[in-house]
Amino acid sequence: MTGLRVETGPAHAALLGVGAYRPARVVPNSEIVDAIDSSDEWIQQRSGIRTRRWADDSETIVSMSVAAAQEALQHAGLDARQIDCVIVATVSHLLQTPSAATAVAHELGTDQAAAFDISAACAGFCHGVALANDMVRAGSAGYALVIGVERLSDITDPTDRGTAFIFADGAGAVVVGPSETPGIGPVVWGSDGEHYDHIRSREDWRDVLSSEEPRMPHLAMKGNPVFRWASYSMAKVAQQALDRAGVTVDELDCFIPHQANNRITDAMARAMRLPSSVSIARDIVDAGNTSAASIPLALHRMIQEGEARRGDLALLVAFGAGLSYAAQVVVVP
Amino acid sequence: MSTEEIRSALADIVNEVAGIPADSVQLDKSFSDDLDVDSLSMVEVVVEAEEKFGVTIPDEEVKNLKTVGDAVAYIERNRSAA
Repeated sequence: MTGLRVETGPAHAALLGVGAYRPARVVPNSEIVDAIDSSDEWIQQRSGIRTRRWADDSETIVSMSVAAAQEALQHAGLDARQIDCVIVATVSHLLQTPSAATAVAHELGTDQAAAFDISAACAGFCHGVALANDMVRAGSAGYALVIGVERLSDITDPTDRGTAFIFADGAGAVVVGPSETPGIGPVVWGSDGEHYDHIRSREDWRDVLSSEEPRMPHLAMKGNPVFRWASYSMAKVAQQALDRAGVTVDELDCFIPHQANNRITDAMARAMRLPSSVSIARDIVDAGNTSAASIPLALHRMIQEGEARRGDLALLVAFGAGLSYAAQVVVVP
Repeated sequence: MSTEEIRSALADIVNEVAGIPADSVQLDKSFSDDLDVDSLSMVEVVVEAEEKFGVTIPDEEVKNLKTVGDAVAYIERNRSAA
């Protein structure tokens, strides 16, 4: 029997470009408070959020993804035809099949790139970066696009005090490709399915359709247990990602956790004893929690505002429903 | 550890987490009503207290810890049980 020929890719991969799409409509806390009997002050104190963006009907999962990806391609100096794989991380593409990624790959003008969606909730983007890194280094994609995109406003209950003020919309994208030096550190990832119910859609579609009053299966979240898990368990995961990459907190330039809640970011930074020299992402203040999109949106903003410079070391840590999590250190493109 | 030593160490945690002066963290004070410790800060206080005192404080127990005295008593009880 003839042995199969196998291929390998370059030794190292890196982020080569970053792009973002933020919906036009800015929604201040004052638009949210009446339905949840709350106040601007309470929301800010509870989460750090002042405003968020909600997409209109024309800002779809696909259109926001395409816009973010186009900017990432431009930043990387690449043409869409050079992309071999498009990975879209999302939990709010409401068409069950086909994936959003195939439409995105087509609209971008790729040459029939492989394309699929992944479902890892707020941890989806870091899962996608891990996959793309491995694909490039294994030779199965020359260049890959990873897009985190959400329209959480579609699946958020405006009357739920625990979530209505948190979730928001947007898209962020990166291009992953070959590099002379390592640009993406080892991923530390996992799941804790014992707490499958901590963040979830309230019902599955069959339950919705058999109900007397069918309604959107909105997101539901157990706030305090999630806060505890995210603040403390995820600080340990973030530390492991640093250790695996051989980077100390003193060598780190940027800390970009999933923008879940500023209070979680504060608790993580304190638990990790991050020195004041580390720039910490605070995009949530006017972007809300955009799940899979939050890390690339925050990275994009830190680059634009000069807080993250080319060559800086940035620690990404993403965590959410599942519970699922993933973290890695990356070099800022 | 005496009751006062536990109260004092707990007061330091509340001060670190929520910025409340340690002197005001007295046994008869309610975390939410008197000290303005909200439920997220309470989670942080609980996690730090677990580490400091070597006790486990489950989520369902946290809602019973309304005053500083409740928390100190819980810690005393569960430390001696360990």
